Amino acid sequence: MESNCCYCSIVKLLPMTIDIKSLTIIQALEGMRNKKFTAVDLVQGCLANINKYNDDYHVLLTVVDEAVLLTKAKEIDKTDYSLPLSGIPIVLKDLFSTDGLRTTAGSRVLEGYTPVYDATVVAKLKSAGAIIIGKANQDAWAHGSTGENSDFTPTGNAYNKDYAAGGSSSGSAVAVALGMCLAAAGTDTGGSIRVPASWNNLVGFKPTYGRVSRYGIIAMASSLDSIGHITKDVADSAYMLSITAGKDPFDATTGGDPIGRFVPSRMTLKGVRIGVAPEYLGVGKKATKGMHPDLEERIEASLAALEKLGATIVQISLPYTDVALETYYILCPSEVSSNLGRYDGVRYGNGRESFGAEAKRRIMIGTYSLSSGYYDAYYKTAQKVRSLVIADFVQAFEEVDVVFAPVTPGPAPKLGEYADDPISVYLSDIYTVPVNLAGLPAIALPSGFVDGLPVGIQLIGPQWSEEKLFSIGNAYELRTNNRR
Amino acid sequence: MELATKSKMFCGCPADHFGKEPNSVTCPVCLGLPGALPVPNKKAVEWTILLGLALGCTISEESKFDRKHYFYPDLPKGYQISQYDQPLAINGKLGNIRIRRVHLEEDTGKLQHQGNDTFVDFNRSGVPLAEIVTEPDFRSVDEVDLFVKKLQQMVRYLGISGADMEKGSMRIEPSISMTNSSKLPKYRVEIKNINSFKFARNAIAYEIERQTEMLKRGETPTQQTRGFVESKGITVAQREKEEAHDYRYFPEPDIPPMRWESSQLSAISRLLPELPDLKRERFMSEYGLSEYDAGQLVETRQRAEYFESCISEKTSPKIIANWIINKKIDLEKVTPAQLLDQIVQSTQSTSVSDDELGKIIKQILAENNKAVEDYKNWKEQALGFLVGQVLRQIKGKGEAQAISVIIRRLIQRR
Repeated sequence: MESNCCYCSIVKLLPMTIDIKSLTIIQALEGMRNKKFTAVDLVQGCLANINKYNDDYHVLLTVVDEAVLLTKAKEIDKTDYSLPLSGIPIVLKDLFSTDGLRTTAGSRVLEGYTPVYDATVVAKLKSAGAIIIGKANQDAWAHGSTGENSDFTPTGNAYNKDYAAGGSSSGSAVAVALGMCLAAAGTDTGGSIRVPASWNNLVGFKPTYGRVSRYGIIAMASSLDSIGHITKDVADSAYMLSITAGKDPFDATTGGDPIGRFVPSRMTLKGVRIGVAPEYLGVGKKATKGMHPDLEERIEASLAALEKLGATIVQISLPYTDVALETYYILCPSEVSSNLGRYDGVRYGNGRESFGAEAKRRIMIGTYSLSSGYYDAYYKTAQKVRSLVIADFVQAFEEVDVVFAPVTPGPAPKLGEYADDPISVYLSDIYTVPVNLAGLPAIALPSGFVDGLPVGIQLIGPQWSEEKLFSIGNAYELRTNNRR
Repeated sequence: MELATKSKMFCGCPADHFGKEPNSVTCPVCLGLPGALPVPNKKAVEWTILLGLALGCTISEESKFDRKHYFYPDLPKGYQISQYDQPLAINGKLGNIRIRRVHLEEDTGKLQHQGNDTFVDFNRSGVPLAEIVTEPDFRSVDEVDLFVKKLQQMVRYLGISGADMEKGSMRIEPSISMTNSSKLPKYRVEIKNINSFKFARNAIAYEIERQTEMLKRGETPTQQTRGFVESKGITVAQREKEEAHDYRYFPEPDIPPMRWESSQLSAISRLLPELPDLKRERFMSEYGLSEYDAGQLVETRQRAEYFESCISEKTSPKIIANWIINKKIDLEKVTPAQLLDQIVQSTQSTSVSDDELGKIIKQILAENNKAVEDYKNWKEQALGFLVGQVLRQIKGKGEAQAISVIIRRLIQRR
């Protein structure tokens, strides 16, 4: 077949150097389909970056054997790349069960655990032709916002390895930023996709709760866990979701209509109402205490960009924001204490003494708040407040299409900066956790740099409004061009 | 009650685990592997509602599953999915016994101890289990015995469980307290590991005696869980109240709450068969059967349905009942049509009246002098010939045995 095409032989003679760090999935598919490069080229490009960076940045905990990867890539190169992810190298957060491939959850407890089955999302990615290249570092059990709670060495920020990558999907974000893959799958229970995506200048997507199957993904807090991904741009994000989304007979909490192929259509945002809440952006409120002053400037610039596109900025109110964080840090550890019960030392190798400090902290808090005599005061009250947080958003969406918010109060901290101060780290989740409590979709988008490190903003939509988020996000991205 | 659904409560594994090779009917879900999620079995939920309806319960419009936490090697997730404060059915009655609640949960795995080793078999893990909790309404061993047998009969009628004590698909955990006053005492002793009706009787009787003795001595029994030791016929303490678990129940976040439309409930109630008590009364009034006969016929649903499919103009229900009850007909082998043929044949033979039969026999004897003489001279085969002649005359509408008795009476041997 190759000999019939004169261009192919030229490509062979003049091998292109592919810049994986900037290549999107859509560009890669086009490149392969137009015979500009092969799946083998992509895999080799990713492996080169892994070899170059992994020892310093601690991004991947497990890398699939090179020979296995190249065999798969060669097989795909024999096809016409017709599958939606033909030959696309993907990294998975180490919570995703992968048949025959070690899955640690970033914890010493599962250091030697190899699943016997694929998570639904993994199966979908594989049958879409994706090449799973490795498993990404993360905060152990996804407990954390900086990546530093990994039981292995914490991941370094792609823009300065002495700074935190953001968590808990730390390795997933840095793997994309450093060109070890074209996209990475992660989980977001309280910001775990949006935070690392923002701190590494990437697009992070958290779908509506139930949009993507959780089956086979090691549970953190079951009522909050959302399965999303980190990509270089909005189009890739939408493209990934069209593959991973869908009702799953193995997950009773899934729902929603199928997601079609995303077509960027909106170059203007005329008629789009974007809500801003004083609880997120106002002065003197608890939520904004500790916000980096330069971040406020980035926020204003982002809002200005949206306005220039024609959007209307509308003041809304989310009065329960200040208690959302407390609510989250009761509900989340409660579910954590239950979900981690199975790692009792009877199965999976290492025993309970292998749990790290943060996991132990959450097990203790959660066990306490579910205990008889405390249940009503903690868990039950938190559930009631959760419905108030949900009601806040329902009311807001009567007035606006999406809500605008920062992702974090500032850029990535230096590794170890908050080692003895877990509460400060919890507080930095203020903008992300209400979204999980309400089960809403949100997209985190690059919004420039503060102190030389990337920061992000997020757009939050009503349940099942993913397509609207992609459309607005795409317009914002083209306007701001923050990735360049 | 272990429900006899095709698949387990929260996964697609077969629910029939009895006698299977250990850990051969398992999957990530019932093994509780990291990441696996439960998806409830619709049939099991419907059957539990059906059981609730059969027990005259109120079906909760809203229900949910909860997690019940405890550590035990046969519980792979560290929690059992059960129902806590919103069971599927509440406030029913069976006979005089009030039913407090009926809820649905998953069974656990099984431990097997061999020497110093303990092995875990997860085949049973995740099998649907309907738990029926009564009010403290029993006053004697006999009342318990009657209730559990009635319950077993009802569950088998519903076709939702084998309710087999020996196979463990029906288990009884009686609680016993003793008092002189009309108020319940403050303690309660629960007995576990009972796997037959007989052992249930023995365990309760033993416990009544033990507690009575204690109270006579002026002691108060403590709140306990006790196990029944079959070999010795005694109960032994397993766990004191102080060691009681805090199960840390909370709503199972992996399963959305259930809500029933009245149309869904009425669809399930249409599946409710006629239950034994009503069926017995109907058999008495509709077919004119005695209470005993009707009771015998409704013992199993299969027998009752067999009886009703035999009903025909050709013979009376009473005769059919007699045949089924007294002749111990093998319901598996003899079809209702075949049974009816047999009954009709034999009743038709009795329709040749005794007078007429006598006349015919005498006539045959007169016509067959030679054979009569032979029989008189101890030639046994002559009797068979004469019986055959009579049968031919009456076209087979009689029993050879009865005819030969009459012939023998008429012919005096020398």
